[in-house]
Amino acid sequence: MTTVEDALTHVETKPVNRMLQRPRSTTGAWSWFTTVDHKKIGILYGVTALAFFLIGGIEALLIRVQLWGPNGTVLTANQYNQVFTMHGTTMIFLMGMPLSIAFGNYLIPLMIGARDVAFPRINMFGYWVFLLGGLFLYSSFVLGGAPNGGWFGYAPLTSTPMSKGFLPGHGPDFWTIGLIMLGIGSVTSALNFIVTVINMRAPGMSMLRMPVFVWMMTVVAFLTLFAMPIVTAALMMVYLDRNFGTNFFNASMHGDPLLYQNLFWLFGHPEVYILILPGMAVVSEILPVFSRKPLFGYSVVVFSGIAIGFLGWGVWAHHMFATGIGPVAQSAFGVSTMIIAVPTGVKIFNWLGTVWGGAVRLATPMLYALGFIAMFTLGGLSGVMSAIVPADTQQTDSYFVVAHFHYVLFGGLVFALFGGFYYWWPKVFGKMLDERLGKTSFWIMLIGFNLTFFPMHIVGLEGMPRRTYTYGAGLGWDLLNKLETVGAFLIATSVLVFIVNIVHTKLRGEPCGEDPWDARTLEWATSSPPPEFNFAEIPIVTNRDEWWHRKYTEDEDGRLVRLPAGAATATAEPEAHHHIHMPSPSYWPLLFTIGLPILGYGFVFKNWWLVGLGAVWLMFGMTGWATEPSTEPGT
Amino acid sequence: MTTTVATTDHGHPATPTHVAGGHPTNTGISNVKIAIWAFLGSECLFFGAFISTYLLYRGRDTIGPKPKQLFTIPFTSCTSFILLMSSLTMVLALAAIQRGDHRRFRIWILSTALFGLTFIGGQVYEFTSFYRQGLNLHVNLFGSTFFILTGLHGAHVTVGIFWLLSLYSRSMQGKLGTEESEAVEVAGLYWHFVDIVWIFIFTAIYLVPYH
Repeated sequence: MTTVEDALTHVETKPVNRMLQRPRSTTGAWSWFTTVDHKKIGILYGVTALAFFLIGGIEALLIRVQLWGPNGTVLTANQYNQVFTMHGTTMIFLMGMPLSIAFGNYLIPLMIGARDVAFPRINMFGYWVFLLGGLFLYSSFVLGGAPNGGWFGYAPLTSTPMSKGFLPGHGPDFWTIGLIMLGIGSVTSALNFIVTVINMRAPGMSMLRMPVFVWMMTVVAFLTLFAMPIVTAALMMVYLDRNFGTNFFNASMHGDPLLYQNLFWLFGHPEVYILILPGMAVVSEILPVFSRKPLFGYSVVVFSGIAIGFLGWGVWAHHMFATGIGPVAQSAFGVSTMIIAVPTGVKIFNWLGTVWGGAVRLATPMLYALGFIAMFTLGGLSGVMSAIVPADTQQTDSYFVVAHFHYVLFGGLVFALFGGFYYWWPKVFGKMLDERLGKTSFWIMLIGFNLTFFPMHIVGLEGMPRRTYTYGAGLGWDLLNKLETVGAFLIATSVLVFIVNIVHTKLRGEPCGEDPWDARTLEWATSSPPPEFNFAEIPIVTNRDEWWHRKYTEDEDGRLVRLPAGAATATAEPEAHHHIHMPSPSYWPLLFTIGLPILGYGFVFKNWWLVGLGAVWLMFGMTGWATEPSTEPGT
Repeated sequence: MTTTVATTDHGHPATPTHVAGGHPTNTGISNVKIAIWAFLGSECLFFGAFISTYLLYRGRDTIGPKPKQLFTIPFTSCTSFILLMSSLTMVLALAAIQRGDHRRFRIWILSTALFGLTFIGGQVYEFTSFYRQGLNLHVNLFGSTFFILTGLHGAHVTVGIFWLLSLYSRSMQGKLGTEESEAVEVAGLYWHFVDIVWIFIFTAIYLVPYH
């Protein structure tokens, strides 16, 4: 306890970097550019990811408008390719992953009773890479056409040299280089989470006392750490094939396009769990609070999450059943895909067990969590259908698959994260989101979601292909496509209601106090919003659901008894915080990161002057960063 | 893990804390060291992807220069040996700074960088000579996979050389005391990793016979 405090007062006394006047302010608009506070960085991630969510949503609406009826003419084929490629790329790399990182960044240190993450400046670097990488990708729209080879970017479609290629222009170059940049960002976040969780837990917070949220985010971090370098390698090969005439996926020189798919899905399937596990993490925190029961089978939930983390590496080839990988591989990957449904099913039963017999409060976060369970289960079932090889050969590349993964990733991840917004909003901003508007947005979203994606199962089984910009009349798909488009606009309406709710809360909301939901985990033990140093005193943990046990005990008959108010306060006397030295703000993460898009543009346009400038810039940023102490004396 | 007395400038009593990174940790291992291990784990997958690509495409070519025509195994064995020896000097550099022998530390760290540079020099010579004999990125699969895999490894060695030289310059400025020996240890872990990866690459490319 005291050692933690003392360590935080440890200040470097070495000569201070003087390349730039160090920023001092931790408040005001400019502080958002220099902050190293994990909570502010979490908010930045969240706001930016939501902005990309809106852009990706507009792209989805464009797709749906185009497919409203047969022979749509709103978009040309090439525009349609750009829109669906960027929709997928945005929702996965610019919304799903960063929004999960936003939650992880904000909550992990609070939940484990730490003052900050392990590497605050690298944390900010990760954010800048995400923002600049996203802007870099989107700048392609005005610099000669956006990526148009699908979010999976199959070679040789994407990799054939530009001079004689299927996809002329710079779209796929922006895609490969942009994704490599975003990969660097997510790997740094993953490193940060792993080290924070392993090394910075409060005294008494053993691994099996950590909230399930922290556990699942740790699994996600390991998956990210090991999956991103594989796709980075594949993307480099595509870039080199396109621009330098290497033969990695060039079949006429005995290169193998299937290698690309193997590498891509060896990343891509763990990526699916990178996206869904944070959803499971959020729901595992919401359900116990709103059922007033501890999570049913805590350790089973944790270990099944770890099992998913391992098994997720053994199923990638089920994305390739239709490519001629042979019956042995097909059977093996079919079986492994069904096996991974087991730990997933275990989790679902644990969530149901948590709600079962509980004193259920149907507040908005709980509605979203229950919506998650229902929608995600449907998505899981259609996944098992696709694991059956003969069925998959019929379903693959049809709208059935689109339905399946939207049930998993929208019905799963997005529902869970919206539940997370409503649940943690009071902690982050000190005000409750409006419940009436919240429930309205939930029901509109639930109806809109099912209206959009359920009919896709049917048109998919009827043979409607995905990724095709139009379809002929008289195929019997018209009505269902019209329903889907209406549903998509309902989803957009629900998101609009959510935004209205945010504005309404900002203007009218009442302060809510530190623990409005009567919750269980440590983030609720500090004020809302928490101070920069999180806890005036580092909590000492004696229980799983520590915060709950500080509020409640049992009498002789086993009934819950509320302990007197004040007994619970972890933030008793904030006198100690005068001695807490948090890491100082810094310009260097931003300055350093600016070098990456410069380098990126250099590689896209093969402008070696830009590449050189980017490299020199990065060296300059590295030097400034390395010579600046993380905590400035006297701040 | 050694401990020492940390300094503060606020008039608080100096308190014992871990040298490494400054923070006491749950594991007793510093944050930086866990991070570098995790990062190297990530790098394994990166090199793994390129090495398996090389092995998959090995011997598939029907046109262009063949490995047998190009390789001078004794030459590459020499530069590989020099690279592996640099791991020894790296260990000696770390041992020197840990016992506070800054003069020897500088000698050993500089020799490590020099060995690395020699290896890179050998690679540049090899690349040039292969290129003159008609091997390039697009002539065949061997050219693509060979240049990219060994080139990426060379880039990693180059980054390592810059890292070692920055440690040397910090030491010359008197900013790298015995308490900061972990900075050397972390650079050393990276350096050893790059060496170990080369053992795999060298074996896969040069030593396994071609048919």
